[in-house]
Amino acid sequence: MNPFGFVPLILAFPILGLLTNLVFGRKLGEKWIGIFACGAAALSFGVAVGTLATLLNIPEGGEVMLWERLRIGVFEIPIALKVDALATTMMLVVTGVGTLIHIYAVGYMHGDPRFARFFIYLNLFLVAMLVLVLADNYLLLFVGWELVGLCSYLLIGFWFEDLKNADAACKAFIVNRVGDFAFILGVILIFVTFGSLRYDEVFSQAGELFRAGAPVVTLVTLLLFIGATGKSAQIPLFVWLPDAMAGPTPVSALIHAATMVTAGVYMIARSEALYNLAPFTQSLVAAIGAVTALFAATIAVAQWDMKKVMAYSTISQLGYMIAAAGLGGYVAGIFHLITHAFFKALLFLSAGSVMHGCGNEGDMRNLGGLRRAMPTTFKVFVIGGFGLAGVPIFAGFWSKDAILGGAFEAFRETGTASWGLYVWLLLSASALLTALYVGRQMFLTFGGAPRTPAAEHARETGWAIGLPLLVLAGFAALAGFVGVPEEFPLLGPLLGDNWLLRFVGEQYGEAPLNFGVMGFSVALALAGWGLAWLLYGRRPLAAGQPDPLVAALGPIHTLLKNKYYGDELYAKVIVRPVVATATWVYTALDRAAIDGLLHGIGRTALRLAEATRAFDRIVVNGGVDSMTERMKRFSREFRMIQTGRLQDYLILMLASAAVFGIVLYLFTR
Amino acid sequence: MIPLAYPILLSALLFTTGVVGVLIRRNAIMMFMCVELMLNAANILFVAFARAFGQLDGQVFVFFSITVAAAEVAVGLALIVTIFRTRHSIEVDDLCELQR
Repeated sequence: MNPFGFVPLILAFPILGLLTNLVFGRKLGEKWIGIFACGAAALSFGVAVGTLATLLNIPEGGEVMLWERLRIGVFEIPIALKVDALATTMMLVVTGVGTLIHIYAVGYMHGDPRFARFFIYLNLFLVAMLVLVLADNYLLLFVGWELVGLCSYLLIGFWFEDLKNADAACKAFIVNRVGDFAFILGVILIFVTFGSLRYDEVFSQAGELFRAGAPVVTLVTLLLFIGATGKSAQIPLFVWLPDAMAGPTPVSALIHAATMVTAGVYMIARSEALYNLAPFTQSLVAAIGAVTALFAATIAVAQWDMKKVMAYSTISQLGYMIAAAGLGGYVAGIFHLITHAFFKALLFLSAGSVMHGCGNEGDMRNLGGLRRAMPTTFKVFVIGGFGLAGVPIFAGFWSKDAILGGAFEAFRETGTASWGLYVWLLLSASALLTALYVGRQMFLTFGGAPRTPAAEHARETGWAIGLPLLVLAGFAALAGFVGVPEEFPLLGPLLGDNWLLRFVGEQYGEAPLNFGVMGFSVALALAGWGLAWLLYGRRPLAAGQPDPLVAALGPIHTLLKNKYYGDELYAKVIVRPVVATATWVYTALDRAAIDGLLHGIGRTALRLAEATRAFDRIVVNGGVDSMTERMKRFSREFRMIQTGRLQDYLILMLASAAVFGIVLYLFTR
Repeated sequence: MIPLAYPILLSALLFTTGVVGVLIRRNAIMMFMCVELMLNAANILFVAFARAFGQLDGQVFVFFSITVAAAEVAVGLALIVTIFRTRHSIEVDDLCELQR
C-alpha cells in the first residue's frame, strides 16, 4: 500500500470544482460558485497538509503511478507524481496561498458578469500548477508549464473587452513562447542524451556519464534556463510581467507574484543535479538573476501605478531567487520563494483592496491618507512591506538574508573579487532600493492627506477581502521562522533546528550564516526605508506636486520611469524586423508567388471551362436543339390534317377505303 | 324477271348519293339520312342476290339489318337532339372542341 496513494486527490478536487462550475455555473449563484471553487482549493490544501504529515514519517518521499505506459509513437514514458520535500513545499504554498486568494476573489469579483468563468480558470490554474510541481518527469513538467501559461493568458485577458488587456495577454503568451521553445528543445535534448525524461533516471545518469562542464549538460541547462527566464520574467524575457497586471488583482497576486512565476526557480531547483554539473550556466544564472534584481528594482522606484510597482518588485525578487539558485543556494532560493509568495500576495491583495475601495484608482498620485479610511489594509500592507524590505523578524528578512549570505559565502570561498562579489553587491544594492520603493509606496498611498475625492471617500472592504489579508499578514510576519538558522541568538534555540533546512535541505546543501552580512543588509533595508521617509514621509506629497525623486535624479528618473525604454527597444530590434519580415513574406511570397501561382491555376481552369462550355453550347446543345426544332417543324405541318371537321375525316376515310379497295382488286386476281 | 344488273345499278346509285350527301351536307340530320340511304343500298343488294341465287339467307339478313338500323336511328337522333339542346346548332363544323 502506497502511503502517498491519496496525493492525486490534490488534483481531483480542483478538477471537480472547475467541472461543477463549468456545468452548473450559469445556474448557481455567486455564493455557490464561490463555495465550490474555494472548497475545492481548501480541500487541496488539506491534501497538501496530509502529504506533509505523511512525509514527516517517510522523509525519503515516494511516487504515485498514474499511467504506467504513456506511448506517443516510439516514445514511451510512465507518468507518475513525485512526492518529496520540494514538491510538498510547493504544494503547500500553491494550495495555501491559492485558497486564500480564491476567498479574496469571491469578494473582489463580486458582480462580474463572468464570475463563474473566473473561478473555472482559477481552479484550472491550481490543477496546472500542481501538475507542474508534482511531475516526476520533464514531459509532465512541461505539460504543467504550458497549462499555467495558458491560464495566465486567459486570466490576464479576462476583461478582454478592453483591447489593452487582450494585447497584454497576447504579449505574455508570445514572450513566453520564446522561452518555452527553448525549454522544449532542452527537454528533447535530455531525452536524446539520457534516453529518459524521468528525474530519477536523468539525474542518476548525469552524474555517471558526464563530468562538470560537459558541453551537452551546459547546453541542456542553458536551454532550460531560457525557459525559466520566460516563465519567471528574467532579463531578457521580463517584458510581459508588468503588462500582465492588466488582469484582475487576485490573478496578479496568485499567478504573477506567488506561484506561476516561481516555476522557473522551482524547475532549476528540481534540476539541481544538472545545474551542478554546468558551472558556466550556474554563473550565468546567478548573473542574470542579480542584474534583473537590481534592474527591476530601479524601475520600481519610478513607477506611479501601485500594481506596476509590485510587478517590478516581483521581477526583482524573482531575480533574487534565480541568483540564489545560480549560486547553488537552492534552499535559500526556495525559502525566498515561500516567503515571497506570502508577502507579495499580501501586498498585491492589499493594493487590490485599495483599488477596490477607491473606485479602481491605482495611481499613487491620486491616493494618499488611506491609513484612516482603510486601517486594516494599512496594517497588513505595512506588514507585507516590512516583509518585502527585509526588516528583521519579518519573513523576507530571513530568506533574503539567506540569499545574501550565500552570495557572500560564494565570494569568500573563491577568495578573489570573483562574480560572487558582484552578485552580492548587486543584490545588496537592490535590497536598498527594495526598501526605498516599498516605503515610497506606503507613504504615498497611506500617509499624508487624500489627494483626490476618490481617496477621500475610500472605505474598508468586506470580510471576503479582509480575511485573506489578515491570514496572509500572519504568514508574511511569521513564515520566516521555518528557516531561522540554528546559530541565530535567542530565536534559533527557541525554535529548535532550522526546520526548512532539515526538510528541504536533505536534497540540497546548507545555507551559511554570516552576522556581518546580516547586519549590513538590515542596515541597507533601514537606510532604504529611511530614505523613503525622508523623501515622502516627512513632508507628504500634496495634490499636484511633482515627485521629489524627479528633481533628485533628473534625466535618470525619466529613464527609469520609461523602464529603460525596454519595450521600445524590443519594438525596434525584434518586433519591427519580425513585422517587416512578415510583411515581406506576405507581399513577396504569399501575394506574389503563392497567390500568383494559385491565380494562374485558377485562370487556366477558367479558360478550360470556357472552352468546354463553348463545345457544350455549339455541339451538344446545337445538335439536340436542331433535332427538336426539326421535329417541331415537321409536327407543325403534319398537324394540319387534324382539322376537327367531320367531313374531312370522312373524306380521308373514303379515300383510304377506295385505295384499299383498288389495291385489293388489283392484287387478289 | 328483271335482270340482276338493274338492282345492282340502283344500289350503286343510292350508295353514291348517300356518300356524296354525307360528304357535302353540314346538317347532322341530313348526314344521318344519307347514312340510312347507304344502308338501304346494301339492303337492296342483299335482297337482289338472294332472289337471283334462290336462297333465303340474304332476305333474313335484311330483317336484322333493318332492326339494327332502327335502333341506330333511335340512338343517333337522341344524340342529335341532345347536342341541339346544349349548343342550339347541329352544324357538324361547330362540333370541333377536341381539335382545339
